[in-house]
Amino acid sequence: MKNIIELDQVGMVYETGSGPVEALRDINLAVGEGEFISLVGPSGCGKSTLLRVVAGLRPMTSGSVIVGGVPVTKPIPKVGMVFQAAVLLKWRSILDNVLLPAELAGLNARDYRTRAHELLELVGLSDFSGKRPNELSGGMQQRVALCRALLLDPPLLLMDEPFGALDAMTRDDMNLELLRVWGETGGSEGRKTILFVTHSIPEAVFLSDRVVVMSPRPGRVAEVLDINLPRPRSVETRASAEFGKYSLDIYDLLTGRQSGESGSALQGLG
Amino acid sequence: MIKRKFFEWLPASLMFLGLLVLWQLAVSGLGLREYILPSPAAVAHALFSSEINWTGHIIVTGTAILGAFLIAAIGGIALGTLTAWSTVMGRALMPFLVFVNTLPKVAVAPLFLLWFGYGIFPNMLIGALIGFFPVVINTAVGLTQIDEDMLDLGRVFNAPKWKVFAKIRIPNAYPYILSALKVTATAAVVGAIVGEFVASQSGLGYVIITSQSSLNTPLAFGALVWISILGLALYGAVAVLSRVLAPWAEGQEN
Ligand SMILES: Nc1ncnc2c1ncn2[C@@H]1O[C@H](COP(=O)(O)OP(=O)(O)OP(=O)(O)O)[C@@H](O)[C@H]1O
Ligand SMILES: [Mg+2]
Repeated sequence: MKNIIELDQVGMVYETGSGPVEALRDINLAVGEGEFISLVGPSGCGKSTLLRVVAGLRPMTSGSVIVGGVPVTKPIPKVGMVFQAAVLLKWRSILDNVLLPAELAGLNARDYRTRAHELLELVGLSDFSGKRPNELSGGMQQRVALCRALLLDPPLLLMDEPFGALDAMTRDDMNLELLRVWGETGGSEGRKTILFVTHSIPEAVFLSDRVVVMSPRPGRVAEVLDINLPRPRSVETRASAEFGKYSLDIYDLLTGRQSGESGSALQGLG
Repeated sequence: MIKRKFFEWLPASLMFLGLLVLWQLAVSGLGLREYILPSPAAVAHALFSSEINWTGHIIVTGTAILGAFLIAAIGGIALGTLTAWSTVMGRALMPFLVFVNTLPKVAVAPLFLLWFGYGIFPNMLIGALIGFFPVVINTAVGLTQIDEDMLDLGRVFNAPKWKVFAKIRIPNAYPYILSALKVTATAAVVGAIVGEFVASQSGLGYVIITSQSSLNTPLAFGALVWISILGLALYGAVAVLSRVLAPWAEGQEN
């Protein structure tokens, strides 16, 4: 498998008015083409920062980032980005928001209308294409942002908590749709590469080939877990013993708790 | 809908009527001379009297106000965009613009008349000078004060600078610009009238000056009424424009 993303000793320091803030330290990670990787870690550990660095939106302050064989020095091409906030343009209709990437990239937006409608249909928002963002709930806005990221069918997706504002049911639906978009059923050839940030351990386990667990600030890679659950994954996957085991392992890594301690740790996990 | 509007406007209308009645009563009750404070009835009479060519004066002042507004709007938006487009340009222009803005613009009026002669044009310029600064500032602020994530959106798709302006920055600036234009609408009126005060042969400002010297106070009041009608019309037009151009900003500014 060819590596599409290679992070080597990546560090990132924000210069702020009140002094430097070290967000990332010594991040080493290689992401193979077609892999689905999730990032989990405590709030403020640098997950969003890492996605921005990979996308070439913020320069790292040390180390190197290579995407598609090219060192990243400016925004990388052919990437779909879902920001942590939906970032919809409030003066545009939902449909026009989804079409924005085509316009910005200098393509003919009209050619993408059908696809935009299909994507909105996919996320259950076809009735809202003419509305404005402020008429939609937070979770609906996130789904619009997802459609926008998918419009140009990019081979690489960087997603920052795209389903954070969704109810559990819709979230599970969206997880399955995302796996379909990723190309789960099509064999590993032609799959997209996805780097996915989430606060939900079950979501990370359900979706991913590997889960990267990050430590608190400055963000470092604490552990990378292979998730060897059979694909295609389904509702039953969540009920399996292995699923629970993986979830518990990640939980332990995040909390520093030793496996086998008393109490049912998984209760109350999102 | 219409009923709700009616009740919304009822308090203001009643208060306005009440003031008129009070004014009328005060004038007749205290026996005030007409040249000190004319009664509403006398003003109404003057408003429609044929002793003066109202239409001609209204057209002159109206043209000056509209011209002042347009110059301030177009010039202000252009300068604001220029300062936001290039940092160097911004650094070069801003201090100068701030300096111009601190000048008491009314004091420049006689100079404009000296340079441009009598007529509507210098009056337009005075109005524009008073009104353009808020437009420059708000345009620049609207173009630059923008969610960093939105700009990232432009970067992700490798959009050229002009496209980021056209699709993201400029729409983002609409509400800012439109709220500045409301200030400019008022400033344009002030500027046009000041110009006419300084020197003119026609216009509503001229009517006020001449009626003052002939102690025809009802006429001066009549001119005031027409001026406020012109001002309100322009302000209303900007308000409508802002509802059409930036409906998403309703209630966000005022
Ligand atoms: N633009 C910025 N300027 C300065 N500091 C920043 C900036 N963005 C993030 N930081 C800091 O960098 C650290 C990492 O932030 P980041 O947003 O990457 O965390 P995160 O893991 O995405 O958190 P969350 O899970 O809450 O979204 C934080 O301490 C934050 O304060
Ligand atoms: Mg984040």
